[in-house]
Amino acid sequence: MRHIPFTCEQRAGMLDVVGAASIEDLFTDVPAPARLGRPLSLPSGMSEMELVRHLRELAATNTPATELVSLAGAGCYDHYVPSVVDHVIRRPEFFTAYTPYQPEVSQGTLQAIYEYQTMICELTGMQVANASMYDGATAFVEAALMACRLTRRCRVVVAGPVHPEWVETLLTYADSGLLTVDVVCANGGVSEVDPVTSALDYDVAAVLCASPNFMGNLEDLSMLGTAARNVGALFVVASNPVLLAILEPPSAFGADIVVGEGQPLGGAMSFGGPGLGFFACMLDHVRQMPGRLVGRTLDADGNDAYVLTLSTREQHIRREKATSNICSNHALNALAAGVHLSALGLAGLTGVARACCAKARYLRGRLLGTGRFRAPWDVAFGYEFALAYDGDARDMHDAMRERGYLAGIVVETDDETEDLCLFAVTEQRTREELDGFVSEVASL
Amino acid sequence: MTERLAHTPAKAPVRGPRETVFELGASESTCVLPAPLDVPDVDLAAELGERVRSAPPNLPHVTELEIMRHYAHLAQMNFGVDSGCYPLGSCTMKYNPRVNEDACRLPGFSGLHPYQPVDTVQGALKLMVGLADGLAEISGLPGVTLQPAAGAHGEFTALMMFRAAHVAAGDARAKVVIPDTAHGTNPATVSVCGYETVTIASDENGCVDLDALRDALDDDVAAVMLTNPNTLGLFDPRILEITTAVHEVGAYAYCDGANLNAILGISRPGDMGFDALHINLHKTFSTPHGGGGPGSGPVCVTAELAPYLPGPVPVTYADGTLGWDYPEATIGRVRGFHGNFGVLVRAYAYLRALGSEGLREVAEQAVLSANYLRARLEGTYRVPYDRTCMHEFVVSGSIQKAENGVRTLDIAKRLLDYGIHPPTVYFPQLVDEALMIEPTETEPLASLDALAEALLLIAGEAAANPELVKGAPYTTPVRRLDEARAARTPDLRWTPSGD
Repeated sequence: MRHIPFTCEQRAGMLDVVGAASIEDLFTDVPAPARLGRPLSLPSGMSEMELVRHLRELAATNTPATELVSLAGAGCYDHYVPSVVDHVIRRPEFFTAYTPYQPEVSQGTLQAIYEYQTMICELTGMQVANASMYDGATAFVEAALMACRLTRRCRVVVAGPVHPEWVETLLTYADSGLLTVDVVCANGGVSEVDPVTSALDYDVAAVLCASPNFMGNLEDLSMLGTAARNVGALFVVASNPVLLAILEPPSAFGADIVVGEGQPLGGAMSFGGPGLGFFACMLDHVRQMPGRLVGRTLDADGNDAYVLTLSTREQHIRREKATSNICSNHALNALAAGVHLSALGLAGLTGVARACCAKARYLRGRLLGTGRFRAPWDVAFGYEFALAYDGDARDMHDAMRERGYLAGIVVETDDETEDLCLFAVTEQRTREELDGFVSEVASL
Repeated sequence: MTERLAHTPAKAPVRGPRETVFELGASESTCVLPAPLDVPDVDLAAELGERVRSAPPNLPHVTELEIMRHYAHLAQMNFGVDSGCYPLGSCTMKYNPRVNEDACRLPGFSGLHPYQPVDTVQGALKLMVGLADGLAEISGLPGVTLQPAAGAHGEFTALMMFRAAHVAAGDARAKVVIPDTAHGTNPATVSVCGYETVTIASDENGCVDLDALRDALDDDVAAVMLTNPNTLGLFDPRILEITTAVHEVGAYAYCDGANLNAILGISRPGDMGFDALHINLHKTFSTPHGGGGPGSGPVCVTAELAPYLPGPVPVTYADGTLGWDYPEATIGRVRGFHGNFGVLVRAYAYLRALGSEGLREVAEQAVLSANYLRARLEGTYRVPYDRTCMHEFVVSGSIQKAENGVRTLDIAKRLLDYGIHPPTVYFPQLVDEALMIEPTETEPLASLDALAEALLLIAGEAAANPELVKGAPYTTPVRRLDEARAARTPDLRWTPSGD
């Protein structure tokens, strides 16, 4: 299992060519105190058969959401991934390749990313999409940093209940001193105009929101976009790519940057990673965009060909003046997203979005009908919604898991007596599963 | 043309790009549609009002066969480790074991939701703790976070921990020192962390110039970022003096772990005096690069810095069960969820497959293979730092440039005609016409010889027929690209009208 294809004779011959007596001689630059001088204290290697047995045992001690009836979402969704997606991304020409720095032998990766960029532009309504970021959280942060560069301001306002982990990530980056962050309306269902506008002034680089937001609700993008423009701030919208099949794109509300978590496009949940951060903006702002971009050009014979472009924004050229430090991105996830969207097409993606919305409304209605749940607000939502539970939400969650259900996510609120349950319903949930959940939860 | 192809494989070249996926298929073609609705349909207009999309996005409309043929063609235009020798310096393009690909797709791993209750994910947590413990032993640094998504993200994580530790000590600092051989991500990270970069020149041996370092060090320096072995493939023999000097001014020593493959089981960054290290699992631990990611960049730190690690981290409780906890002085999250878990599974599988002896053998062979290639190229190519190297080395095409007018870029492109992926070129920047070659331990001797012979033949071609080399490649799916045109008139998305 060591994948080292040399015989002792070959090594001896190589040492002769090098002019060294032993392999040890090659490490004479390593000073004695910096030498380990003992074997690593790690288990011995394993044969492939032993390894597979060990990994299967580890995996078997988990109970994955995919083996339960899962209503968990909060940024990671149990969508159906067409079979073709994994067949494509398992082609070794794709997954064993490096970043396409040699375009003559990387046209596959490059064209696939160009197509992915196009699809993200189509979904978001924006003019340019990059080749991907690490995840939704870091794409959100990069949007804030880009807005600061573009406006030469250094305060951003996060409006409404944005995913708490995204906000926490943004605050971590803000410890750099490069920007400050104000969060308004974090605990309600959606942003409200008064708190948002009173948080805004001419020092604000961007208003950032998510729609759907962490609670699954759709923000009033007209209101937020107008509020941002009124103080000369940019408007950053995080969105769900599945819902963009049926929702007016953020560009229609004046968004300057659109980001989001791309895992719903062909990604396994995989304990939350690797997902995909998508990132799109308008052409005017492209030179401040972070990350890689693929462009179409011509080769020496005048044929169409693809290449990484506008690289003078990037770390390997601009070093400390780069727009971001990102190097490796999530290209294989971007490839998967492109295959996923090709397999679904408009009809498929629209169908998925409609099915999710219909099933979410069906479940919500039935849960409210049990009398055990209460709606904390009455606003438009996508396929995720929050309800207050009449009782201890965590006990309910535990009890339902015993019965084979993952009863969404329990969200702690300021009100200690009433935690919220956040339910996501994808196209994969059947009416039978939803009915089963409702009758079981009603019987608790 | 016959002469041009004299040394190239006899297979027919794969043609270049055809239509985009948007141009394929009949307008009503579909591949995968959702099942019929088993609940009442939703009246979107009533539910969402003006939020309902007025103009649909233009997405592909293709059948399954059209998809597979399209991506098969794209794949055929690509070059991966499975396609041939990929000696890309500082990228460690080793073989990606297939069992790891199977492992991360086990439903018990791939089907996990990040917010499942901890008692349903004990196996996943055990795997993460096992990987973190292994990385701690390999690095000699006991505190580990698996959250960072890539090497640059790990750099960010570590620098923010340094910042937090300095701030906690009432000793906020402004500068980070890096050598001129540093990866571009290092200075870019310095800026993202709100520090100012101070660059110091290397000495005549390609290592840190201790005097220049001491001159740059003062009580406003937060950290020094080094790669050791460095990007010239040289292990800095004065590494202990360097880290001591860094610590004397109260700064932290950071190790960019891109080159860890050279020293597995031989020398540990913690024992060299480094305070923090990121490890590129997609380099040293064989997880695939995926055409540019996803990677994973765990960070290992000293016990002193461990309280600042991003949270949450997986922990083992007294009763043997596992859960999540935030370190007491955590800098907070650096991303959503728990890290690139699918990549962590692959790296864990690699760690367990190789084990203690296997990892040391990786380093030994990687270093032997690099030195073998260096010895074979000496005399034909200039080797600016001509001494024993680690897992990679840098040669210069300056002789070919001066004598034949052939640049390193031309040599790199000509290698493509020999079925070999070029090394990293024009990096590190302090070497004129640099070719940075890292064969990795998994490349067999015949492949190393083919690489050496191709480079020697190309040097001969450069002398005898420079135009041949300058016009390369000839056999690739596309020829050299007009990169200036791409940047001048950006075409970054497909449109039906072609605007």
